[in-house]
Amino acid sequence: MAEITMTQALNLAIDEAMADDPGVFCLGEDVAAKQGGGVFKITSGLSEKYGENRIRATPISETAIIGAAVGAALAGQRPIAEIMLMNFVGVCMDQIVNHAAKLRFMSGGQTPCPIVIRTTTGVGVGFGGQHSDMLEAWFAHVAGIHVVTPSNAADARGLMRASIDANDPVIFIENILCYGLKSEDPGPGYRVPLGKAAVAREGSDISIITYGRTVLDALSVAADLEKEGISVEVIDLRTIAPYDEATVLASVRKTGRALTLHEAVRPFGTGAELAANIQEKCWDSLKGPVRRIGGTFSAVPFASHLEQAWIPNKADIVAQIKASVGKD
Amino acid sequence: MAANAKEIDRDKLLDIYTRTMKVNRTDEKFRALLMQGKVAVMYYCVRGQELVSAAAMAALEKDDYVVCTYRGQGEQTAKGIPIEKWWGECLGKATGTCKGKGGTMHITDPETGIMVTTGVVGSGLPIANGLAMASQNNGDGRVTLVSFGDGAANIGGFHEAMNMAQLYKLPVVFLCQNNRYGEHTAYADHTDSPNIASRAAGYGMPGVTVDGNNVHEVYPAVKEAVDRARRGEGPSLVEAMCYRMMGHFFGSDFSYMPPEHLAEMAAEDPLPKLRKVMLEHQFTEEELDSIVDGINAEIDAAVEHALAAPLPDVSEIYKDVLEEVN
Repeated sequence: MAEITMTQALNLAIDEAMADDPGVFCLGEDVAAKQGGGVFKITSGLSEKYGENRIRATPISETAIIGAAVGAALAGQRPIAEIMLMNFVGVCMDQIVNHAAKLRFMSGGQTPCPIVIRTTTGVGVGFGGQHSDMLEAWFAHVAGIHVVTPSNAADARGLMRASIDANDPVIFIENILCYGLKSEDPGPGYRVPLGKAAVAREGSDISIITYGRTVLDALSVAADLEKEGISVEVIDLRTIAPYDEATVLASVRKTGRALTLHEAVRPFGTGAELAANIQEKCWDSLKGPVRRIGGTFSAVPFASHLEQAWIPNKADIVAQIKASVGKD
Repeated sequence: MAANAKEIDRDKLLDIYTRTMKVNRTDEKFRALLMQGKVAVMYYCVRGQELVSAAAMAALEKDDYVVCTYRGQGEQTAKGIPIEKWWGECLGKATGTCKGKGGTMHITDPETGIMVTTGVVGSGLPIANGLAMASQNNGDGRVTLVSFGDGAANIGGFHEAMNMAQLYKLPVVFLCQNNRYGEHTAYADHTDSPNIASRAAGYGMPGVTVDGNNVHEVYPAVKEAVDRARRGEGPSLVEAMCYRMMGHFFGSDFSYMPPEHLAEMAAEDPLPKLRKVMLEHQFTEEELDSIVDGINAEIDAAVEHALAAPLPDVSEIYKDVLEEVN
């Protein structure tokens, strides 16, 4: 089967869902053909196919975009809203947190809100402080939302399809540096269920729990360390919230050591929650403290050497693993 | 718009009167229960604004959508929400519209078309656009009406929503109930433009200011906006000038409301004015009293039912968070 990039994978998943269900539609800034099919081309070709009512290019109005998605979802449709860059979610947090996330609960289950909020981000592209943040912890802290991020093209296709199927809001985070990654195309109808992690690599000495672009770093480090006799298991959460606790705990019980890894800043990040939960539930299996790696606690800098210094790197991961297994 | 020149037929007048009195008797009952200490919950009084809600809801069809605010009792009861369920929700009971998990500020009843009651000022407008967008997408012919106060006209979402609605010609009616206060701040202290309706021009949509105490102004204006939306001609902004005769929420201090202004506005009370209109249209005192008696009896029974109803089971806090968690 042919290879596809993550960009193609997302486009295929959305195209397929739109073909299957007339209630699926996209809205966001620049998403239609006239505006170039989306800044990152995810919706390229779709307005020509489905018309401009189903691929609605919007004004720069994030609150109105998410509000419209919420309203349409309450009326039984399945909107896919694009917030061009994740930092802009700050503009529409009221609609996401107070409305999308809570309307199922506050209505006693009468008005679920099945929306997918696609957004892009990532450190390492020189976008600076207001276009690079990983803000998944903001949403993981709110009951009523799924938070999803793929680390490869096949998962992107399957997770997007499952997100559109979901009967609740999903924040779907796309790392810009992953758009070009290629996988074997899993084909039409492929779904990766929400809330299921992948064991991206099996190992026996330590578990790295990670997601998104840093899965690649974890896998690369694991391959290198194997040569030194250290066996690293890599868990790709795929769904950050609610996450696959069973897979995470089983892995840590097996290896006895855990390292959480993410691009988002370390303090109060999702790694803190994972670490706390692992320590509560796997205390008897642990051979040492759970370690955490995350981004530097500052805004993401512009200058490339500063940006590279900001982001967790492979040397950090290697050092932490060696310290954990007592081979530093 | 020469709204006051439009006549309203007797059946519609009776309909509006009945809805208005339902709103008013519900409000009086709620305040009485709070005064008697029989219930202790947040309640946002609608005294003075009854007619606006009632006339607006009378301009909608049964399956049209409504988005309202925490001061949404008028829209909810006038649209026809089952009142036992409404009282159940306000009292936090398992029999409520939302199983007691929404409360006075978050009433939802899709059967009645009450899709969202938001506690966040101005948040309803962008959501109303989405409901209208769904109707436009699937051609169901429904209109969405979103009600909000003058204070809401100053949040960003108002402007984003107005622009987007007009851009897509969405079947939505923006109903501003200008009750002269944004929480504790008087209109003149939060807005320097003479009215809210004039903002519509900035987005290319029709906007009209009407006397919210005059049925012959409110109903035709909202009806025209609803008809226009249903014809696919896009949104309108209707601003109904009314007056919140009490504080922001029941029991809150309202010393910031000048007594002389309160007295002046009491003379504008929509209820005696509506009664006068009804009598002019040959409805008798007896007929009108009998309608109110019927409403009172219905409300009394609903309140008794709600007071006696069970509380939601504590396990409810884990339910309806996500579908998968149920």
